[in-house]
Amino acid sequence: MKSLKHLADKPWERKGIIGGLKPEGAFDSAAEKVALGFFLIIATIVFSLFTISYFIRMELPDWRPLTEPGQLWLNTGVLLLSSVAFQLARNKVGRGESRNVFALFLAGGLLALGFIVGQLLVWGDLQDSGVYLTPNPAASFYYLLTGIHAMHLLGGLGVWGNTSLKLASGSEPKDLRLSIELCTLYWHFLLVVWLVMFAILSNT
Amino acid sequence: MAYVPLADQELELHHPHSWVTKYVWSQDHKVIAIQYGGTAIAVGLVALVLSLLMRMQLGFPETFDLIDPNSYYQSVTMHGMIMVIYLLTALFLGGFGNYLIPLMCGARDMVFPFMNMLSYWVYLVSVIILLASFFVGGGPTGAGWTLYPPQTSMAGTPGHDMGIVLMLVSLAVFIVAFTMGGLNYVVTVLQYRCRGLTMMRLPLAVWGIFVATVLGLFAFPALLVAAIMMLFDTLLGTSFFMPAVIESGTALDYDGGSPILFQHLFWFFGHPEVYIVALPAFGLVSDVLSTHARKNIFGYRMMVWAIIAIGLLSFIVWAHHMYVSGMHPYFGFFFATTTLIIAVPTALKVYNWVLTLWEGDIRMNAPMYFAIGFIFTFIHGGLTGLFLGNVVIDLPLSDTYFVVAHFHMVMGVSPILVLFAALYHWFPKMSGRMYHEGMAKLHFWCTFLGTYAIYLPMHYLGIHGVPRRYYALGTTEFMAPATQDANTAITIAALFVGISQLLFFINVFWSLRNGEKADPNPWGANTLEWQTPDTPPIHGNWGDKLPTVYRWAYDYSVPGAHEDFIPQNTPESVEPTVDEEHFDPDHDQSKADL
Repeated sequence: MKSLKHLADKPWERKGIIGGLKPEGAFDSAAEKVALGFFLIIATIVFSLFTISYFIRMELPDWRPLTEPGQLWLNTGVLLLSSVAFQLARNKVGRGESRNVFALFLAGGLLALGFIVGQLLVWGDLQDSGVYLTPNPAASFYYLLTGIHAMHLLGGLGVWGNTSLKLASGSEPKDLRLSIELCTLYWHFLLVVWLVMFAILSNT
Repeated sequence: MAYVPLADQELELHHPHSWVTKYVWSQDHKVIAIQYGGTAIAVGLVALVLSLLMRMQLGFPETFDLIDPNSYYQSVTMHGMIMVIYLLTALFLGGFGNYLIPLMCGARDMVFPFMNMLSYWVYLVSVIILLASFFVGGGPTGAGWTLYPPQTSMAGTPGHDMGIVLMLVSLAVFIVAFTMGGLNYVVTVLQYRCRGLTMMRLPLAVWGIFVATVLGLFAFPALLVAAIMMLFDTLLGTSFFMPAVIESGTALDYDGGSPILFQHLFWFFGHPEVYIVALPAFGLVSDVLSTHARKNIFGYRMMVWAIIAIGLLSFIVWAHHMYVSGMHPYFGFFFATTTLIIAVPTALKVYNWVLTLWEGDIRMNAPMYFAIGFIFTFIHGGLTGLFLGNVVIDLPLSDTYFVVAHFHMVMGVSPILVLFAALYHWFPKMSGRMYHEGMAKLHFWCTFLGTYAIYLPMHYLGIHGVPRRYYALGTTEFMAPATQDANTAITIAALFVGISQLLFFINVFWSLRNGEKADPNPWGANTLEWQTPDTPPIHGNWGDKLPTVYRWAYDYSVPGAHEDFIPQNTPESVEPTVDEEHFDPDHDQSKADL
């Protein structure tokens, strides 16, 4: 936040170069990371608004609580492992190691795919037991929220796939350090979002 | 990994090799800006024609057979949505944001040029989806631009089947496009400023666009959430917003949804949207006023903080659009209070504009006409906002022409005047030609006086109780016969204003070919975009060396200076020496790869 310290400047008084020999960004990080930071705020707002809508809608009389299948705990574990794998890959690449980075990175994404498959299986189970998108608004929200969360994961998997291809075609992990870091950050974010979603969906 | 300042990194610009990559699939922010601007203005013309059709109906009922009640509602809806989102938001941020941010920040391009290009093309897709709704069965939605459920989906509303679906999909696609562009604008301003250009040395135009973009990034999600849930209601039969409802004697399958929830979501986006349009206008007009008054902007820091304060406050005033929705009185009291508080930083800005003009060496160029015209219309529209911000005054005036007059003055005419000020002001830089001054001034007087002739009488119609959104007023006890005369006069004025916009287009197209060759800095302006080595700036903007900034953007009429302006990249008398020992040739800006 180098530049923020200049916010109290009186720019009409101070002439000459402010700062060093080189241009300075407001944050000491890569532009991609700043952009991802903004994107995470936007995604937080999206999920918060869905959550608020969920609680407002819950107050209305036609709401019937839903019993969440136990398999969600298993899915949660898989997503947690996915995040752990990403974190391990990131730690290794942060220390400059390249052994097993690709394997861990790959495992992280595949576990996330496993999570999505698990979520789809839960959808199937719910359908089998007669819980459809309509008419119960609790079920509507269940499908909506899990769907939106899965779509965010799929978006992340797009970036993951791209980076994996580069790693598979022999790129050095250290050259992809930023991509691996950003993926890890995004995965942790989606894990937290899922934990919150899981909590509110369970408390109907 | 050691942090390398962004603007210093070796930048790989994709050099266009063919006409297609140069002008169609271009990653140059200036080309993208013009693509955004052209598309926005084109779709805005559609909305202008729709408004003229409505005016013909209101001014001369039963005379012309141009539109029926259904197409009247469709025109109302499409006119509003296009003007607010697809014209104003896109033109201010996609157009001017794209053009000015890299130039004013002394950067070669946006941070993510490919994503920037994608942003435009996705925006174009959203426009095409929106316009496609004119050609589907049932036509576009006629639910009003606020799209309130349940009437959006009821059989009585035109476009309740395909029209509303296309509208919601188009909005969702627009939000995706805006997010891609917006991330670019924000990160470019934060990370990509050239050496010496601190945030507090940025021109106010960049501040306005920057804060407006942040507002957009944080407010559009509310519209996205609302659009997704409404799409579920419309297509999949859920009841997020749709209550139990009976249509022509048959109960529909909906039950228990909350229409008020939609209103909250919509206005949580909708009110910041007002400032997404207004803040760039505030910023651009500040620079135009200061440049043509040859005077530094009055209270620069106050102006920056006012922009930030307005941005923050704009998120806690949304329910003043919902006073008549049956809210708790304390709730209304809270929102009336915040609404009146937001008038404080806004009024500060108005005072500062006027004080910037005070004792300035004012050059009455065409952009200055529009900028001063804006001060008038904005004060006018802002003051009626104080009326409507109060619950007790809003209740009787709600849904009358007073509201129509208010928001057209404050977020229709005012931003449009700034847009014209900015278009004329930056036209010489964008095209390398001067526009025709006389025609531009004629355009101003037609637009300024014409819009007053339209909207001033509307206030009286509103106070008189004439309701908005009515296809025909018919004969009613409470409306004086003169109401129709006023409506006829308004329509004539509207036609006049609509046609007089041709002056702008004639001027632009004539000047592109025949205009006088423009000086690189015809107004004697300080900001960086006027200091480019080429006019119009070529790809990469700065030749082989990025500029260095030594001062703020408003050193006009400095006592003792040779000229009445000192550009931002003019060094002090004592040139700061470069420390040879610590100078890293690898990061020499002059080597930034073109």
